[in-house]
Amino acid sequence: MLTAGPTLAGDPAITEMQPWRRDLGDPIDDALYGMPSPFESDVTRGRVEWLTPDAYTAINFTPLHELDGIITPNGLCFQRSHAGAAQVDPAKYRLMINGLVDRPLVFTLQDLLRFPRENRTYFLECAANSGMEWRGVQMDGVQFTHGMIHNVEYTGVPLRYLLDEAGVKTAGKWLLAEGADAAAMSRSIPLEKALDDCLVAFKMNGEALRPEQGYPVRLVVPGWEGNMWVKWLRRIEVGDKPWHHREESSKYSDLMADGRTRRFTWEMDAKSVITSPSPQAPVLHGKGPLVVSGLAWSGRGTIPQVDITLDGGINWIKARLSGPSFDKSLHRFYYEFDWDGRPLLLQSRAHDSTGYVQPTKEALRKLRGVNSNYHNNGMQTWHLQSDGRVENVEIS
Amino acid sequence: MSRFLSLIIAVMLLAGTALADPLGLGRVAEPDEIAAWDIDVRPDGTGLPAGSGSVAMGEEVFVEKCAACHGDFAEGVGRYPALAGGMDTLQDERPTRTVGSFWPYLSTTYDFINRAMTVGYGEPASDDEIYAIIAYILYSNDLVDEDFVLSRENFTSIRLPNEGGFYMDDRIQTEHPLFIRPACMKNCKDEVQIIARVETAFIPADMNRDGSGKTRLAIGETLFGQCRACHQIGDGAQNGVGPVLNGIFGKPAGSNDRFDYSDAFAMMADEELVWDFDALNAFLKDPQGFIPGTTMNFTGIEEDFDRNALIAYLQAQGP
Ligand code: HEC
Ligand code: HEC
Repeated sequence: MLTAGPTLAGDPAITEMQPWRRDLGDPIDDALYGMPSPFESDVTRGRVEWLTPDAYTAINFTPLHELDGIITPNGLCFQRSHAGAAQVDPAKYRLMINGLVDRPLVFTLQDLLRFPRENRTYFLECAANSGMEWRGVQMDGVQFTHGMIHNVEYTGVPLRYLLDEAGVKTAGKWLLAEGADAAAMSRSIPLEKALDDCLVAFKMNGEALRPEQGYPVRLVVPGWEGNMWVKWLRRIEVGDKPWHHREESSKYSDLMADGRTRRFTWEMDAKSVITSPSPQAPVLHGKGPLVVSGLAWSGRGTIPQVDITLDGGINWIKARLSGPSFDKSLHRFYYEFDWDGRPLLLQSRAHDSTGYVQPTKEALRKLRGVNSNYHNNGMQTWHLQSDGRVENVEIS
Repeated sequence: MSRFLSLIIAVMLLAGTALADPLGLGRVAEPDEIAAWDIDVRPDGTGLPAGSGSVAMGEEVFVEKCAACHGDFAEGVGRYPALAGGMDTLQDERPTRTVGSFWPYLSTTYDFINRAMTVGYGEPASDDEIYAIIAYILYSNDLVDEDFVLSRENFTSIRLPNEGGFYMDDRIQTEHPLFIRPACMKNCKDEVQIIARVETAFIPADMNRDGSGKTRLAIGETLFGQCRACHQIGDGAQNGVGPVLNGIFGKPAGSNDRFDYSDAFAMMADEELVWDFDALNAFLKDPQGFIPGTTMNFTGIEEDFDRNALIAYLQAQGP
């Protein structure tokens, strides 16, 4: 509502001369690689120390509450490495393809740049995203409940082209993708997926991959758990059987309540979360027009619909999707309404193009128990209080 | 269609419609190059090098090269993983997943130790030493006797107890039918109650704003005003009524040897109290309650949010 009429003193932001109006700004040479405004210096990735043994096999989280649209800026993409972020010299970068192939090959970075390229936007979600919430609410910020995800436009060569170049033998059914870092991360990937949509990528959002994202080359495995997107990719071996390596047996496998374990749980099921309001993004303006904003995604397709509830799931309303709807990519949704200042229980619910509807956490716990660590795609509840603060809760 | 049937079809399709011709890019990999990088080992034993090692030798090598992080008996140190124990705990409230209790295949230990624990975190080890270490890990899990010797020849005869405990992802069959259905939009339940909320959540420094939009760190700095009567912090800080608090986060309690602590405090120091998040949180909530008899004459900070912010501020201060 606009109010007019005599006021005693004007807003000093207007009536007083501001330094940025009076003085020349910074010379353009000050920022040859541009950085965000110093007023945004608290918008960073954040780490939770007790999650991992140290800072080398460690994870930090994307500040989802500060972001909008669908693209994650490169410097804010969450980071997970198992032996630190390797700094690989591109002049000494080599990609080997060996195993059940007609011609074992070695490519340099320059060789890769001579194949036809594609640009595709995909989310990468760590299998452990929201894993700390299996037993109940624990983290008071969307950055920490859901921030093991980023969404990036990749430029790369379809892995299929490289495999064709080497000639996969008919007995070849599986690939082992391996990194060049001190963890030599290794994962088994079925050939079918490699031929379908995997990319060997060297650019993210238009520029070279960041070191912590696998510079100079990483594997892109659309819709599948982030650990398989091997960074610093140095080797692809073709074999007839999976390898059952550590990251697909000891880790990234889902222990069920009956003591048995699902293996090869690759696809990330449909999921969504409200990024604002959320505990780190409280409502500062009081009642009146309020924008609810959030993200939805599915490792099995696109997101045709997202629903929002304000009353903890008694009634649901369709949210408005805005921005491109790419396959296996983040989708941005909004819901705008007039908040009367009463406490709300906010949730979002994604529908994906297979017809799958995002379940509650309780429904998943009934099926899996609470020890599976990975693949928690249950609905998140935020309690918006009258004073604008937001807390992470679970509801009946 | 099963995943594998469709796989075969995809492969056949590809064979027919592949990229017209190879581009002739790249060059042939030399045998010594493949040998240098092709280090992977599979459950059927493919990739295992020649060699052998005993439990006794393994104990020696393990204590020397691995125990700093994994413990003398492979029981794990701090947050570094345990490699032994946890047998029959997979259905417990808090299962312990180790090589013995959880891993399906022994080959994974050879592969992983060789690829990731003889560089980076670990130290170089010969093939015989790796066999010996694995023999020792098996022994620590009560799976072999103390005179056992592991070699490439007997490797695949060792089966781990949980091999049969794994099965292929079946979400499509067991879960999707439950969740692929029309969603309720109106009057979906009668009432809703909050059944759980975050009690004392720990968020790292400067990662949160309060209702005024200030960062947590800025709020912590303001709150530190209450401590300034007795404590200094930052460059050139001196002991006053209370000790200097530079770098206090993570430090042992009462470790400033220029400061004369109370007996009550000295006792906590003897008990090796460390100022981690939980300890600071409890102390700052109720100093007298947490350390009865302390001479820190301060009532405490009631609000969880404020204590979080203050601790974030203390954590952010350098040594
Ligand atoms: C400096 C610390 C350190 C040393 C020394 C070390 N490790 Fe590790 N180890 C780790 C860390 C950290 C991890 C977890 C790595 C990750 O998250 O990817 C690990 C993981 C492992 C695992 C997998 C555990 C699991 O449950 O998945 C095995 C097996 C292992 N180490 C064996 C060894 C052996 C054998 C040695 C000695 C040759 C050794 N490690 C030396 C730190 C260490
Ligand atoms: C009235 C003075 C006073 C105030 C106010 C005060 N402290 Fe203290 N503080 C002390 C004294 C004295 C000690 C040593 C206690 C003892 O020896 O029993 C101490 C000890 C400590 C220690 C342990 C230091 C060590 O070396 O182990 C911490 C941490 C601490 N104070 C934090 C704070 C914080 C944070 C505040 C503000 C919220 C605060 N104190 C307010 C007097 C004060």
